[in-house]
Amino acid sequence: MRQEGILRHATNRILGLVPTMLVLITIAFFLIRVAPGGPFDSEKILPPEILANLEMQYHLDEPLLQQYFRYLGQIVTGDFGPSFHYLDQSVNELIARGFPVSATIGGLAMLLAFFAGILIGVIAALRQNSAVDYSVMGVAMLGISVPNFVIAPLLILGLAIYGGWLPAGGWDWSGQRMVLPVVTLALPVIAYIARLTRGSMIEVLHSNYIRTARAKGLPERVVLLRHALKPALLPVISYMGPATAALITGSVVVERIYNIPGLGSFFVQGAMNRDYTLVMGIVVFYGLVIILLNFVVDLLYAWLNPRIRYDEAP
Amino acid sequence: MKPLLDIRGLVVEFDTPEGVVKAVNGLDVRLAEGETLAIVGESGAGKTQLMLAVMGLLAENGHAHGEALYRGRDLMQMSPQELNRIRGSDIAMIFQDPMTSLNPYLTIETQMVEVVMHHQGLKRDEARAHAVEMLRAVRIPDPEERIRQYPHEYSGGMRQRVMIAMGLLCEPDLLIADEPSTALDVTVQAQITELVRELRERTSMAIVIITHDLAVVAELSDRVIVMYAGEIVEAGSAEDIFYRPQHPYTRGLLASVARLDKASDDELHAIPGNPPNLQDLPTGCHFRDRCGQATERCKRPPPLWLDDTGRLSRCVLPMAGGRLQAGQILPPEPDGAAADEDAAAPGGEDA
Amino acid sequence: MTTDAEQRTADPSVEDAFTAALAEKDERGRSLWIDAWHRLLKNRAAVVSGVIMLLMLLAVLIGPMLLPWEGDFTDWDHTSSPPSLETGHWFGTDAVGRDILVRTLEGGRISLLVGLVATLVSLAIGVTYGAVSGYYGGLTDRIMMRAVDIVYALPFMFLVILLMVVFGRNIILIFVAIGAVNWLDMARIVRGQTLSLKSMEFVEAARACGVSHQAIIRRHIIPNLLGVVMVYVTLTIPQVILVESFLSFLGLGVQEPMSSWGALVADGAQDMEYAPWTLFFPAAFLTVTLYCFNYIGDGMRDALDPKDRL
Repeated sequence: MRQEGILRHATNRILGLVPTMLVLITIAFFLIRVAPGGPFDSEKILPPEILANLEMQYHLDEPLLQQYFRYLGQIVTGDFGPSFHYLDQSVNELIARGFPVSATIGGLAMLLAFFAGILIGVIAALRQNSAVDYSVMGVAMLGISVPNFVIAPLLILGLAIYGGWLPAGGWDWSGQRMVLPVVTLALPVIAYIARLTRGSMIEVLHSNYIRTARAKGLPERVVLLRHALKPALLPVISYMGPATAALITGSVVVERIYNIPGLGSFFVQGAMNRDYTLVMGIVVFYGLVIILLNFVVDLLYAWLNPRIRYDEAP
Repeated sequence: MKPLLDIRGLVVEFDTPEGVVKAVNGLDVRLAEGETLAIVGESGAGKTQLMLAVMGLLAENGHAHGEALYRGRDLMQMSPQELNRIRGSDIAMIFQDPMTSLNPYLTIETQMVEVVMHHQGLKRDEARAHAVEMLRAVRIPDPEERIRQYPHEYSGGMRQRVMIAMGLLCEPDLLIADEPSTALDVTVQAQITELVRELRERTSMAIVIITHDLAVVAELSDRVIVMYAGEIVEAGSAEDIFYRPQHPYTRGLLASVARLDKASDDELHAIPGNPPNLQDLPTGCHFRDRCGQATERCKRPPPLWLDDTGRLSRCVLPMAGGRLQAGQILPPEPDGAAADEDAAAPGGEDA
Repeated sequence: MTTDAEQRTADPSVEDAFTAALAEKDERGRSLWIDAWHRLLKNRAAVVSGVIMLLMLLAVLIGPMLLPWEGDFTDWDHTSSPPSLETGHWFGTDAVGRDILVRTLEGGRISLLVGLVATLVSLAIGVTYGAVSGYYGGLTDRIMMRAVDIVYALPFMFLVILLMVVFGRNIILIFVAIGAVNWLDMARIVRGQTLSLKSMEFVEAARACGVSHQAIIRRHIIPNLLGVVMVYVTLTIPQVILVESFLSFLGLGVQEPMSSWGALVADGAQDMEYAPWTLFFPAAFLTVTLYCFNYIGDGMRDALDPKDRL
């Protein structure tokens, strides 16, 4: 019974993805094409024939609309094309190189954010309006307010330069180098999740069904874990989609500060270099990641919330 | 006979941004085994808070003082663990809005089975069987299938039955039902009332019904307590209250009920005024600003009239067959007539 | 068939009763604002934040005029000097001798300006979109909201970065680009409010009595929207300032000689090892501003809808 509902839900969602992707690709495509200056301007001045040749090779001499459809066709087969800047590499290769790095940091940050955030939020909720609550929430507000490019230098100053315990940047897949970037990236999300969890938990604890559970003589521990936790965490699970987007956005700055060769860095570089295909590729790729993740979160939420199957979610 | 539940001097207060609000102001209530007691009053009269306080379920900003003796043990002094042993198994409380009172994220099975498993140590399948039987007893169709469903898959009336069933699982001595049929429509109300009546006949369980629906009171209760602004204004057997109401408030309540045996173009009598603002009560008798028979003497706290059958009235108007509680005097008549000073024999209010 | 006007005169008693009811509701509506104001004043965090923000505003507006030098004045005698009272550089100087205090205050002007203007852009787009969608309802609403859903899923930051790179660092563009990022939430909220207001009974009653669309919108829909919109504006401002400082940090924000807190932080981060004050002060001002706005926004939300209070 539930399975049918979820399947129907899933199919609807998948169908909804297509227009979104289309819009994304179109916007990004035309945006970057509108830019003054082409990919080959900044390099050494090339003789006109070679320039023309290059343009032909990259199809830049074709009408814009034709380029657009050619690009769409390529995307469907999963080919993002060659990088305009790094002439000997394809975008696919670059993404394949950068994504694991970004994904590792992002994934760890996500895990950290959820565990720490939920834990802090629950504790604050259980001690509502106490000193612990106010101070924790005050710090959380700070976490939301302080931009990551402010925290990062402070962390680097404190832990790397003055403290000397951690390296100040760079990347070699070692645990040490992961600590600062992951923490910096995760902090605002931890703060947000903590506030979200606290609010949600408090609301749940005031609901009638919790009163009923207590009236049944169940020990408080059971009331919390069996009756309160799941409903309280539902909004937090929903937040995973926007959290991913936030982490991706944050990665742009974090990778730059800590000198990490991930997709965020590639993107900014590519934008500066007018590397059309690379920039497009990353935007489309990340867009796809966000959309897919939202989709998974949706399914997860529908599975966890027994009420959803009956009201068709918009 | 020793009462099952003996509440003495219960006071319930709430801290609000506008100050301390007294929801219940020094109540004494006694309940015998197997007795059905109805607590009647308008919303905000304190009826629900009274029972919540006894069960230890007040909101965080609520405080209760006084005694609530259950079989001689004071519930108000118990530790949370001790209280938890009694709640759900010896004393069960069910609430008025079954949609929000059942956990929407857990199956009915989970919510029922946990009570029995916790209090009686049954294994899961035994507990399940017991729960199914209980659902059957409250007339849920197809209980073996339906027990695996979620609350929103049930209708309102069925949900209320589930709540009742859940309350009965451990065969409690006392069931407290807070407005059991108020949130339901009329035909369903009748079914629930019928169900409760059956329970009364079949078990020796005491029941406290909190309601503002006099029809329910008439059908089900042995004794009635009428509350106003956190105090008991009248108490007595159901028959006494319905046929021989003493207190103007009780009379007002009874007069405001639409009746089939009255002409349909008779106006409905409403009690004039609004429900009392607990932070701004009239001095003396709290009901006097809405009472058609109020006089100057009502500005002083009204005395308590009692008799040996547990009949009670808190009013300056004398109660038929009653005497004043020990130590109380009647405020003087407005025209200066001598006050009635009855030598009061010591007496309590017997259940 | 009677027209609206005729219908109105046909049953004056109903109209009187209704006007009276509306008037009473207006009065209660006004006292709703007063209530909300009192509640806000009781929220210490919000009040303190408000005061700090006012001081901040004063400082950035008037401060630079009171100081002896401008932001681009290079004091070659005191390059990279720490904060001190004797040199007159209370916040110290940067590598080329520019006074950090002045730079911070002037940067504040830009950051707050962008915050305000971009939020207004966001407001304009969002409220219009949301109100139109909510008011017309039906298919229009569904299409418009579907569009919002689609756009919501896009990684906006990336598109903004693209915009800045593509079109250069024009301050007008910054206003528009950042404003365009945030209007989605505003649109959704406004649409939700409009929908629920539209279907409220008093609006139906008003229509039934022939009260005009305009009057309804003016006296009932707008005041009710106002509350929600105000909360959102106060919460959007810090988000927008954040986005702007993000861009500036990446080098995509306002052009020299204009500077904003984000750019100052970027500069400061470069020199932080030996001149940490170049990082500290702009970072502190930025953080305090965001912090305070968040508390004010929270406070307003609680004041206007205490049920949301958690």
